[in-house]
Amino acid sequence: MIEKIKEKVTELLESEEIKGFLGLAMQNGHVAPHLFQRGDALDTMVLGDTESPGDARYPLNKYLINLHKAYPDEVFGVLVRGCDDRGLQTLYTWNQLHPKKVVPVGLACPQELADACECAQPYPSEITAGEAVQPGEVKSVAAIDNLPVAEKFTYWMDEFVKCIKCYGCSNICPMCFCNDCSLKCDDLVKKGELPPEIPVFHHTRAMHMVGRCIDCGLCEEACPSTIPLRTLYKKVNSIMDEKFDFKTGMQRGQRSPLNMIQPVDGNE
Amino acid sequence: MDYRTVLTTCTYCGCGCNFFLEVLDGEPIGTIPCKTSPVNEGKLCIKGWNVHEFIRNENRLQKPLIRKNGKLEEASWDEALDYTAKKLREIKEKNGPDSIGFLTSAKVTNEENYLLQKFARAGVGTNNVDHCARL
Repeated sequence: MIEKIKEKVTELLESEEIKGFLGLAMQNGHVAPHLFQRGDALDTMVLGDTESPGDARYPLNKYLINLHKAYPDEVFGVLVRGCDDRGLQTLYTWNQLHPKKVVPVGLACPQELADACECAQPYPSEITAGEAVQPGEVKSVAAIDNLPVAEKFTYWMDEFVKCIKCYGCSNICPMCFCNDCSLKCDDLVKKGELPPEIPVFHHTRAMHMVGRCIDCGLCEEACPSTIPLRTLYKKVNSIMDEKFDFKTGMQRGQRSPLNMIQPVDGNE
Repeated sequence: MDYRTVLTTCTYCGCGCNFFLEVLDGEPIGTIPCKTSPVNEGKLCIKGWNVHEFIRNENRLQKPLIRKNGKLEEASWDEALDYTAKKLREIKEKNGPDSIGFLTSAKVTNEENYLLQKFARAGVGTNNVDHCARL
């Protein structure tokens, strides 16, 4: 499977269509995000699977934004799975990346990963390697939704109270790109004072993820306290889907309903 | 264009979390927790997440300092190492190895701590090894 990715990347680099390819490499015994440039050997390239499929995924789009900011005129290739592709579409809409400056190289996830992620679309729009499999069934949200209200509240509070306030969920998030993060705003969170109480941060972040969360699950993987963040944001996404028919990143150019100021159906 | 992800170990505590420093054209711009590290499995605390921010802090010492006439002055590594070796030898010869003590640190790696105690015991000949957390 990786051979097809390597072929495509070689072609893109040699034709000078792209300046570099942001993917993953096995270096010093670890899977690392890596920028492959023309003339580089691709033999270290890996796809982020070690003990189980996709267990060493990284938010490559986040690093792509850094490269794009420093080199806005260059075109970069990037390894994308289904979630990353949804991320790219959303980042284009939010003007964080430009589609003309990005060449996605698509990797479809296997069924095992699609099921584990409960992924709505476990493949990118253009697939270079792998085969499109069935979406994973979403079970985690219903499992909590079906609890009585009081138990549901207790469940979430018991989870949030484990938070050690590392803000890794925000730091790893490929969709957390604001220049002015409210966590770093001195009017909201004063320097030298304790961070916001539980669950203020978690609820604020859940709100900020509306129309942005592409359900990559990296937040949950980065959480030292194993808070089921992915389930929380899946719930946020399901509300967006039910109320606004909005699926983040699934439709090119679709703007978040919370990002629009206009009358809807005669409702001024 | 020089974009690198440099594997390193956190300097904040003895846990030894691994991360990549995201380095663009020689400047550290981000910290990426290493998912394949058995120590931290892609997770970090808030201090670790922000390591890249202190690297270029102007308050960091970049050169060794030697106290000359009661005042700390910048010195080269060669000068500092020669000075330290000479003084350690002088003290050891005059007062014996147990007149010297070594303080290790939580801010270096396990391997570096091992090296220091090895130097103390095998090199200088003393068991006077302690840790900065007891200071």
